[in-house]
Amino acid sequence: MPATGKLNQRKLAPWLFLAPGLLMFMIYVIIPIFQSMWISFYDWDGLGEARWIGTANYVELVDDDAFYTSLKNNVIWLLLYMLAVPAGLMIAIFLNQTITGMRLYKSLFFFPFVISQVVVGLMFSWFYAPNFGLFYSLIEWLTGSGVAILADDRYVTYGIIAAGLWPQIAYVMILYLTGLNNVAPDQVEAARLDGAKGWRMLWYVILPQLRPATFIAVVVTLLGALRSFDLVSIMTAGGPFGSSRVLSYYMFEQALSEYGYRMGYGAAIAVVLFAIMMIFISGFIWKMWRDETER
Amino acid sequence: MVHLAKGALALMAALLLSTAASAQQRVLTFTTDNNDPAPKAAWEQLVADFEAENPDVDVQMNIMDREAYKTAIRNFLTTDPPDVANWYPANRMAPFVSAGLFMDISDVYAANDLTTQLASTLPIVTQDGKQWMVPYTYYQWGIYFNRTVYEQVGATVPTTWEEFLANCEKFKAAGIDCLTTGSSQLWPTAGIFDYLNLRTNGYEFHKALTNGEVAWTDDRVRATFAEWAKLVPYTTANHAAIDWQDAVPLIVQGKAANYVMGNFAVAAFKEGGMTNETLGFMPFPTINPDVPRAEEAPTDAVFIPAGAKNVDDAKKFMAYVARADVQTKLNAALGQLPVNAGSTVGDDPFLQAGFEMLSTTPGGIAQFFDRDAPAEMAKVGMEGFQEFMVRPENLDAILDRLEKARARVYQ
Repeated sequence: MPATGKLNQRKLAPWLFLAPGLLMFMIYVIIPIFQSMWISFYDWDGLGEARWIGTANYVELVDDDAFYTSLKNNVIWLLLYMLAVPAGLMIAIFLNQTITGMRLYKSLFFFPFVISQVVVGLMFSWFYAPNFGLFYSLIEWLTGSGVAILADDRYVTYGIIAAGLWPQIAYVMILYLTGLNNVAPDQVEAARLDGAKGWRMLWYVILPQLRPATFIAVVVTLLGALRSFDLVSIMTAGGPFGSSRVLSYYMFEQALSEYGYRMGYGAAIAVVLFAIMMIFISGFIWKMWRDETER
Repeated sequence: MVHLAKGALALMAALLLSTAASAQQRVLTFTTDNNDPAPKAAWEQLVADFEAENPDVDVQMNIMDREAYKTAIRNFLTTDPPDVANWYPANRMAPFVSAGLFMDISDVYAANDLTTQLASTLPIVTQDGKQWMVPYTYYQWGIYFNRTVYEQVGATVPTTWEEFLANCEKFKAAGIDCLTTGSSQLWPTAGIFDYLNLRTNGYEFHKALTNGEVAWTDDRVRATFAEWAKLVPYTTANHAAIDWQDAVPLIVQGKAANYVMGNFAVAAFKEGGMTNETLGFMPFPTINPDVPRAEEAPTDAVFIPAGAKNVDDAKKFMAYVARADVQTKLNAALGQLPVNAGSTVGDDPFLQAGFEMLSTTPGGIAQFFDRDAPAEMAKVGMEGFQEFMVRPENLDAILDRLEKARARVYQ
């Protein structure tokens, strides 16, 4: 029966094409997620026998000051990292002109995103370093006494976020620059004829057309804030006394660092972080799905 | 022949070398974290000497970064173990031994009379009644100081805590940090705590504390912190932002006077331009005269991973590293103290001073906080020490946190 054969082919072909990707996704993403959840119910040092302890890891987490410090820092990261979106937009609009040498300026602004996060972290560590750091000297010159940002539990998280914002703003800027290329010139022209200028032009004419770019910028910035591991690791290793930890770093510290032999506890932290990310991710997916079905 | 390979190059190098080594030679792989210039040269010499004595063995040394090694060891022990590697004894080896990742080398100890030659360190390499590591070096901790600034402010080298603090007042008046340290890697704070606790409460109490038998909220622990509180105002302000190496120039340049450190720091001081005349060493001053003097001297050791392929030669290598003459030569190059009772100590004045101090210790010798206490307790503890040095007013919260950790870790 040729008809059913064709039908089978239609049904089967997409799955065959998807299979390699799905397989990889299963092995490297889906299965490890469930494995982590499973490990979080064990007391395991990563080397010897694992012991089932039920929800004890989670019970301990609820009563762990370090966990709340990390959670609080994650929230600070999320909020302040969002500054990258308006800042990136501002720079993008500023750079969206036709002047000779603009390509050079654009690439200079884009530069921090190209260099590795590790290098960014090191550069800012020196920038903040007591006694010889540029920032330290500046504060010393202004106020008379220097502040070692990375040694002070009150400022350390903000210091790291400032370092993280530098490349993140560049990233958002690029997203907006490509977005600005697609802004319809006739609409801008029409708005101009209607007398729109400055903020009103930006708010009612340009920004609505940049919505796809804004969406992507918000998503990558949110996820970037939640993944903020490398800078914390490079600049402070969570210190001083754990005050700059974020959840991802705390998880690493408990499970895999020099003194960390608590796979179960680390996995429990990972599950909590995953749950937080899931809130945002499902929100985005829902929005994308809604946008597509509306069309 | 010594082959060096690092990180990702290791595999490639190993592939190349396996063809280079002659067919008769048996390969012994040795993974180590001795990547600083002096220790690296010392180990290369030892390997060369071993190969000269055992021409049928080709030792392939794989040197890793010291800090990275501390986390990498878990991976390579479970996936692709070398024939020999180095690590720290006592509580640092305990999780690996319990997990069956170390090879029992009691037979090497028995065959080479090591139980008597290495008697001083036998307790810390023994677990479940068996020996697991061969210690090759140890070094004293104490206070290293800049003699020039002592003369500058007219201070004399103190023997008691009161004298030490009185000196601090003089240094402060001269704008010099009395005590410096770099605590961003946490462990230097543990050296200060260990000594304050050993001097205030003595070795037996310190041992009980690190074994989890005493509460951190105990009044005797508080007494230790009360002494520490006197020192905090005289300590380098931004220690939490710097590594221990970054604090070395402060001593060299005379911006700070004293540094509680291990003897390995001498090389760094001298590199900075200090000499035997300007650099001084003293034992940590007496706080409670009723407590017998105890010292801190961490030991480093080598071991055979359970998955080693060339066990016979690895055991030969263990016996070789344990030998008195080998340890003499190795430690002369390392600038540290040999463990073997039959070895001789190098004639460096700091080594001699350390050896003198340790061999006359009546109270007992502690390893180091992170080896005497289990890993989790060590981590929480050192973080608490750092917090205390920055925010002494948080003491109650810190001790409560440590006590909570104790209740969990030692159960």
